[in-house]
Amino acid sequence: MTAIPISWYLVLSAVLFGLGVVAFVFKRHIITIFMSIELMLNAVNLAFVAFARARGALDGLVFVFFVIVVAAAEAAVGLAIVIMLAQNRQSMNVERENLLKL
Amino acid sequence: MIPILMFMVCAALAVAGAVTLIWAKEPIHSALALVLVMVALAVLYLLLGAPFIAAVQIIVYAGAIMVLFVFVIMLLNAGVEERTNFSKLAIPGVVLAFVLLLEIAHWMFHSAIGRALANGANAPTTEASTYALSEMLFRQYLFPFEATSILILIAVLGAWVLARRES
Amino acid sequence: MEFISQHPILVAAVVKIAVLLFIVMTALAYLTWLERKAIAHIQSRWGPYNVGAHGLLQPLADGIKFLFKEDVTPPAADKLVYVLAPFLALALGLSAIALIPFGPPSVRFPNGEQVFSVVDINIGLLLLFAITSMGVYGVALAGWSSNSKYPLLGGLRSSAQMISYEVSLTVSVVGVILLAGTLNFNEIIAGNGQPGQFGQTGHWFHFIPRWYVFPQIIGFLCYLTSAIAETNRVPFDLPEAETELVAGFHTEYSSFKFAMFFMAEYANMITVSCLATILFLGGWLSPFPDTGIWHYQIFLPSAGLLALAAYCAWNTVSEMRGIARLQLGVVTLLAAGGGLICLYPPIAAGVQGPFWFTTKILAILFFYIWMRATLPRFRYDQLMSFGWKLVLPVSLANLVITALVIILWPYVRHG
Repeated sequence: MTAIPISWYLVLSAVLFGLGVVAFVFKRHIITIFMSIELMLNAVNLAFVAFARARGALDGLVFVFFVIVVAAAEAAVGLAIVIMLAQNRQSMNVERENLLKL
Repeated sequence: MIPILMFMVCAALAVAGAVTLIWAKEPIHSALALVLVMVALAVLYLLLGAPFIAAVQIIVYAGAIMVLFVFVIMLLNAGVEERTNFSKLAIPGVVLAFVLLLEIAHWMFHSAIGRALANGANAPTTEASTYALSEMLFRQYLFPFEATSILILIAVLGAWVLARRES
Repeated sequence: MEFISQHPILVAAVVKIAVLLFIVMTALAYLTWLERKAIAHIQSRWGPYNVGAHGLLQPLADGIKFLFKEDVTPPAADKLVYVLAPFLALALGLSAIALIPFGPPSVRFPNGEQVFSVVDINIGLLLLFAITSMGVYGVALAGWSSNSKYPLLGGLRSSAQMISYEVSLTVSVVGVILLAGTLNFNEIIAGNGQPGQFGQTGHWFHFIPRWYVFPQIIGFLCYLTSAIAETNRVPFDLPEAETELVAGFHTEYSSFKFAMFFMAEYANMITVSCLATILFLGGWLSPFPDTGIWHYQIFLPSAGLLALAAYCAWNTVSEMRGIARLQLGVVTLLAAGGGLICLYPPIAAGVQGPFWFTTKILAILFFYIWMRATLPRFRYDQLMSFGWKLVLPVSLANLVITALVIILWPYVRHG
């Protein structure tokens, strides 16, 4: 029963974070962009848990707990804003939100 | 043998979910792909010896936050993702992101700290018990705990104020 | 054979899962039979009577009907999600039953694995809540993917109701966790019978068992209410009531997929009943003390089976005709055989745990069915305000009072 090297978890975390960044940059639908933010937060959580395991300290796990809580609060407020936006503009495409453009 | 197999399966599922999030045309498919990623990550947390965090991830993240996303998609009858021409400026950004990834991998396998982490030799063999986690949460991190509870209260009030209909 | 000796945990787990799955699927089918018969008798009629003796083959007939019905898929539905939703609901409903201990952990296979629970996890209660919180997806996705107004509304309402009552479900259970000090099911059950902080023996006044339902009666009532709302049963079943929203989120489903939703609902009912039994009613512990004449309680299972065999024998001879007589005769022989096997003391002692667990689950399920036969349903806004404005504050108050009593009780006792 060989232990899995912690670096594998860190590589997976980096890959997921990179894919989250790609989704954030290339997608047009505002809810999909929100979900890519959640994907990035999850990737970071994985890195925290991996480091907590590598160091033998539980601080990483407590921080993951707080990241999950803060992500919940942020998702709630963000989606409320999205609902308002959709009711006013009838479109979910971020390219159409260009009222502040010069 | 079995942990390595489970890691491979869960990592493959997580990456597949992330790729589906990018490729899907409908936002509901992206939401389901993200739920798949979260469940795969929860199993990885179990492999890393953090069962409480795995359970919290499924209960809170996959079972409440993503349900909120699915509700909003269903309520707003969110349309199909449009295929427009994306900005060509983003391509160097993506390339740089993957270069960053390769640099991290290089550091991981060739530096001193990286090599010490790479074999996980100093990993403890016991799993993090709920009791130890809660001790730390309520003693050292009591102030952040109370602060996040107030943060949740603010978020609930903010969401209610923002989303109500002006009557 | 050496595979079995090299991977004992895996092989034991596979055997237990296969047996448990078979038992649970049969129990689901016969739970529908029980529901129809019980509601019928409450309403002064007989329910299924013709298909087998006393309607016992009705679930089989229903299963065959579901298999052979035409499988209609709405043309504009989202195919992947439409097929995924019932599978998800059923898979989650069935996998929750793997965490539940049906008997004492001291009964073990020769290789050291527990006989009566598939897995014994230290955070079993949290994982059970994780599985039930994922169950919201089955309902929401079914409503969305049908691409039709009634399912969408029903799905939205039903999943909103489920996530609202999930909060009070978890909060009402925390009082028990505080008293027990652990999230492990076996230890919670063991704490149910122990001399606790409040007395000397395992029974108050020597005949009331020291179960958590007595100090946590408010928590128990909140839990039952939230569980009934969580599983979308009467009186909280507006989203799937026939007179309100056609059939709610499963309107557009037919044949086997509808059968999967049906089974998932009953599997959820069984899961929350198992949880109520473990947390509040003492799990596989017997309500009777173990002193004096009560040693003979180990013969209760065989006494019950022999009584059932006697009733079936009398019924076979006096009322049944034709093939029903043959079927009921077979049931009589099976019950008599089971009763005689349970007279053998080692088997009688081993079957005690599952017997009491099953009895308590059946009592709670009968309570569910009884509610369905008697109560009218809530309106949706009444339902939501009931959940958020009554059940949740009451369960939170229960939690606070329990915590205060636990902290202050030693000081009160020792003066």
